[in-house]
Amino acid sequence: MSEDFLVIEDLHVSVESKEILKGVNLRIGKGEVHALMGPNGSGKSTLSNAIMGHPKYRITQGSIYFKGENIVDMTPDEKARKGIFLAFQYPLSIPGVRIFSFLKNMMSAVHGKEISVAEFRKVLKEKMSLLGIKQSFIKRYLNDGFSGGEKKRNEILQMALFEPKLALLDETDSGLDVTALKVVCESINKIINPEMSTIIITHYKRMLEYVRPQFVHIIMDGRIVKSGGEELVEIIDSQGYDWLKQEALATSAL
Amino acid sequence: MTVVQNVGIDDYKYGFHDSEENYAYKAKKGLNKEIVQEISVKMKNEPQWMTDFRMKSLEIFRSKPMPDWGSTEMLSDLDFENIHYYVRSAEKQGRNWEDVPEEIKKTFDRLGIPEAERKFLAGVTAQYESDVVYHSIREDLTKLGVIFTDMDTALREYPDLVKKYFGTIIPPTDNKFAALNSAVWSGGSFVWIPPGVKVEIPLQAYFRINTENMGQFERTLIIAEPGSSVHYIEGCTAPTYSSDSLHSAVVELIAMEGAKIRYTTIQNWSNNVYNLVTKRAYAYKNATVEWIDGNLGSKLTMKYPAVHLLGEGARGEILSIAMSSTNQHQDAGAKIIHAAPNTSSLITSKSISKNNGRGTYRGLIKILPGAINSKSHVVCDALILDESARSDTYPTMQVEEQEGVTVEHEATVSKVGEEQMFYLMSRGLTEVAAKTMIVNGFVEPFTKELPMEYAVELNRLIQMEMEGSVG
Repeated sequence: MSEDFLVIEDLHVSVESKEILKGVNLRIGKGEVHALMGPNGSGKSTLSNAIMGHPKYRITQGSIYFKGENIVDMTPDEKARKGIFLAFQYPLSIPGVRIFSFLKNMMSAVHGKEISVAEFRKVLKEKMSLLGIKQSFIKRYLNDGFSGGEKKRNEILQMALFEPKLALLDETDSGLDVTALKVVCESINKIINPEMSTIIITHYKRMLEYVRPQFVHIIMDGRIVKSGGEELVEIIDSQGYDWLKQEALATSAL
Repeated sequence: MTVVQNVGIDDYKYGFHDSEENYAYKAKKGLNKEIVQEISVKMKNEPQWMTDFRMKSLEIFRSKPMPDWGSTEMLSDLDFENIHYYVRSAEKQGRNWEDVPEEIKKTFDRLGIPEAERKFLAGVTAQYESDVVYHSIREDLTKLGVIFTDMDTALREYPDLVKKYFGTIIPPTDNKFAALNSAVWSGGSFVWIPPGVKVEIPLQAYFRINTENMGQFERTLIIAEPGSSVHYIEGCTAPTYSSDSLHSAVVELIAMEGAKIRYTTIQNWSNNVYNLVTKRAYAYKNATVEWIDGNLGSKLTMKYPAVHLLGEGARGEILSIAMSSTNQHQDAGAKIIHAAPNTSSLITSKSISKNNGRGTYRGLIKILPGAINSKSHVVCDALILDESARSDTYPTMQVEEQEGVTVEHEATVSKVGEEQMFYLMSRGLTEVAAKTMIVNGFVEPFTKELPMEYAVELNRLIQMEMEGSVG
């Protein structure tokens, strides 16, 4: 078994005093790719927001350990500097802030040292050509007037520069057509490496055909109800989630 | 010796002040006929018409009421008798940087003036207290006939030009502070651009108040003859004192047919300065006037740059930002008078307020009868950084001509959003860094109009303001 990167124990999370996560347990090892699947409203995005430390998602009980350290009370920027990266489902636009300057600030912040413009240009150019992103892109304002596909590619470019230890990809496939999805997933595959862990949060099978997980977890009504290997993806795709509900009911009746 | 005082208070980097022991002259506090007489005759040896103009302006000042808008509370605290109306720091003006008195030189060195001149300016004047202490202009511009000098020198060397235009755009009767300036004015710039001459790189003036309870009353007049163009930049700072100083300038611009004037201000007064300034431009046929006005610092700023579009096809643009913080009130805005057909105007006002600071936009768009096919567009955006800050908008539209006229006004008020903050912080930015980034983005439409060096400086000033807000 590989080194533990993320360990979540009995995590309860409320949003505006409504409990969404009702005791989540999860373990992610170094270098592993996990998929977290579940129907709408099951708590998938809540989990990623809570891990990252969104102030609206209040942790009422339980712990989140990252490389052995409880990170529950850390601010999002502290967590980022530890190497945790969240690719947003709905990336925010920040008008007037150019991508170039944003990315440079991000790089300096997460890597804890000032980076010269020349040095940054070099790294950026490298990553952009790796991901097939045009140079003109970085002159635009951050996510301002971007299409869904552009926003998602921008998230992945950030991920490439960020070099996370733990990447949370929150419904990166949503709003993308087949072509765009393929491009984004190919980029993700180029970034993923044995030194980092990845959680892919998705509703559907299609993204997981490109970025293949070793472990799959199904979350329903705030709890992880089933964990397994890649075969679970096929079952969900052909049978949906309802059978799990039945199973869960049967289990709880025992 | 330069005394560094109050460093750390509000992180105002220009809060130091210099010793006054070598000053040539410092008028007693208070305002009366004798002081005005002394400034005009004894100190400046002015022609009779100017002395008369000053004396008459003093009477007008006495008879005018205080403005009943802006911050009447702060205005009522302003004590006209507790101000030095004229302070001369040096015996003579320097043409070479070496001629500037050592202490003043040090100050301007700290403010980066000679360095900026070497790098990217066509000419510089540096005003310290009441007088211009350093002045230079590139030789090639002088050869083209461009005049760029301080107003006192202009009055001596170009008396006819000055007499023809001085006080014609903003007469002393305009308002109480214009009258005050007219009575006790000193320094400021005089710029005359000959027909057809385009000055491609900016001219800069730098204004520094050093003495406590000082009144700085510079007077600037820019005339762009037909087909010419010029970009003029002014920057202002003052030391941080516990009691107040007054900066009350009058700036008059005249853009003749087809001429273009851009006037950029970056003021960063310490937060004990009353900044009550009258700025107005006349734009004749097909002329363009742009006010680019950045207001940081000061205690109370009341400033409404104006453009009177007097000739067909004239165009006016006013782009401003105002940042108000603890106990500050920025009452700023813009005025455009459309007095001719096919004239157009654009006003973009951006205000940022935090820590009980108050930002006010006060604007006037007036379309006079006969100004057919005139177009005006006003955009006011306010960004509020916390619950205690306040932002108000008072737009006035007076449309007296209907034919082909469009007047549009848009206003938005936004708060820094939790989601935006989370997004940026998830990328490793601290709370302050994230907020600063959002604010810098908000003012980007302004900073992108500045020469690069100024844009960098402005972003840095904003960052200092933002960091001052924590802890």
